[in-house]
Amino acid sequence: MKVFRGRVHKFGDDIDTDVIIPGKYLKEFDPKELAKHAMEGVDPEFPRKVGVGDFILAGENFGCGSSREHAPMALHAAGIRIVLAKSFARIFYRNSINGAYLLPIEIDDDIYNSISDGDEVELDLNKMTLRNLTSGGEFALKEIPEIVVEIFEAGGILKWKPKKL
Amino acid sequence: MGMTITEKILARASNKERVDPGEIIIARVDKVMIHDVSGPPALKILEDLGVEKVFDPSRVWVTEDHFVPPPDTKSAKNLIELRRLAAKYGLRKYYRWGVGQYGVCHALCFEEALVAPGEVFIGGDSHTNTAGGIGSFAAGMGHTDIAFILKNGWTWLRVPETLLFKINGKLREHVMAKDLALHIIGEIGASGASYKAMEFKGEGIKNMNLEERLTLCNMTTEAGAKNGIIEPDEKTIQYFKERGVEFKPVCSDEDAEYLEEFSVDASKVEPMVAKPVSPANSSPVSEDEGLEIDRVYIGSCTGGKLFDLRMAARIMKNRRVKIRTEIAPATQSIYLKALNEGLIEIFAKAGAIILPPTCGACFGGHMGVLGEGEICVSTTNRNFPGRMGHRSSKVYLVSPLTAAASAITGRLTNPREFLHG
Ligand code: SF4
Repeated sequence: MKVFRGRVHKFGDDIDTDVIIPGKYLKEFDPKELAKHAMEGVDPEFPRKVGVGDFILAGENFGCGSSREHAPMALHAAGIRIVLAKSFARIFYRNSINGAYLLPIEIDDDIYNSISDGDEVELDLNKMTLRNLTSGGEFALKEIPEIVVEIFEAGGILKWKPKKL
Repeated sequence: MGMTITEKILARASNKERVDPGEIIIARVDKVMIHDVSGPPALKILEDLGVEKVFDPSRVWVTEDHFVPPPDTKSAKNLIELRRLAAKYGLRKYYRWGVGQYGVCHALCFEEALVAPGEVFIGGDSHTNTAGGIGSFAAGMGHTDIAFILKNGWTWLRVPETLLFKINGKLREHVMAKDLALHIIGEIGASGASYKAMEFKGEGIKNMNLEERLTLCNMTTEAGAKNGIIEPDEKTIQYFKERGVEFKPVCSDEDAEYLEEFSVDASKVEPMVAKPVSPANSSPVSEDEGLEIDRVYIGSCTGGKLFDLRMAARIMKNRRVKIRTEIAPATQSIYLKALNEGLIEIFAKAGAIILPPTCGACFGGHMGVLGEGEICVSTTNRNFPGRMGHRSSKVYLVSPLTAAASAITGRLTNPREFLHG
């Protein structure tokens, strides 16, 4: 596994799939089109601000709401690779991994409070650490379940070959 | 130590004696549902991978419910694509909009008895939880997950911890399962049951008809639950017997272990309203009574079932609506029953508009979206920003009784006064 580096876009609690990608775009499957409307419900400027490899930092229950895979697809297409949140909604969590769009990582209050919007961070998955390159500070992260890592590294559930059945 | 109904169903699906919360299992899936939003991408993944067959076409069903009637050419194209792919994979349980029986997937699932108690049911829609009301393990997933299941017939699952809700007493006449659901979500929060199962038990549940149980389980999605579930009882057994569906009832053991137990006195639950922008932002209707509104919507998998329409009609009978009121029976068979029972006539005489069975307005897709700043009182299940239209529009979630009462007055209204004198 590797090291990811990017700029942080910070959001609050309960960012739901309707704001990540509003329902009217659900007939759209072109990632480029979806990217244009990513996070439209909270910040219509988001697609213009975000760069490839950027991080989202959020509070509780990120991705709550519908099962639309358009949500992680839109964020991926907009450039996001990692989402750090205090907690995730379950379908969003599964979708992110099974489609290998985003790696969702759970963080605690301390990490959330120590990183500001626009900060540069570095995530090291080998050591499971997160560094704030803007303000300094290094944080230990919780282990990710083995199956999640396996599926994500395989490039999604359809490319995954289960070790044991 | 015993197991909960959720654990027992998952143990059976994974060929194990027992499973424990937190354990990751490989589970066989009995039934799979896709609709016009999740279906095309799921089946396209299989086609692109060169997969020739789905695991068992007879266990898969398809419905056209979100972008119907197609509001534009893109949606129309999407339906053509769904039909092409379904035909290619031999998916014959296809509920085509405008041909015979069709409608909102979760209501259709019940009306057609497509999922039986004790089964593992995975749907390409977040409110798949609804089917837990008849005692199945029912959970929603995204289209890549669904594609994997369609190919293999199994998936990976983390066995959820179960929260037990003991519903004592009986709901009062003007209070519905929707109010109970909003009451509970308000207590535990929008992520209060994240990754967990919510099981409902007790006298309050015994007294509830199956449709109301579906409403309760439908709303567990809004507390973040993996599934909501109610043990099958005589009512459930009778329902499936009448439809010639056989199943082995699964119930929780006496000594099953729950992560947490809650008790609710159903007789004290008030008509509730969830204010913007979270289904957990709920409080008794009486606290906000009189709030001026622009529109009422009665429909969706939560509030467009036959019982919901019957309740709305009780209030609308011989009265007239004051504001734009749209009523969408959730399926064609519900529409027909409502017509035969005279409900449609009551609504039409009241001046409301009857929409065809479709999800349309519920997710802000089409069929009457909200404009800037508009306020809607709705029987649906979500009130996130922009859920039913413009980003600044507001959705207040209520029961069908409260929605009907509010349509008559043009203000958020407690249905009590219309039922008692
Ligand atoms: S009626 Fe609304 S909540 Fe139910 S399936 Fe349709 S869009 Fe989803």
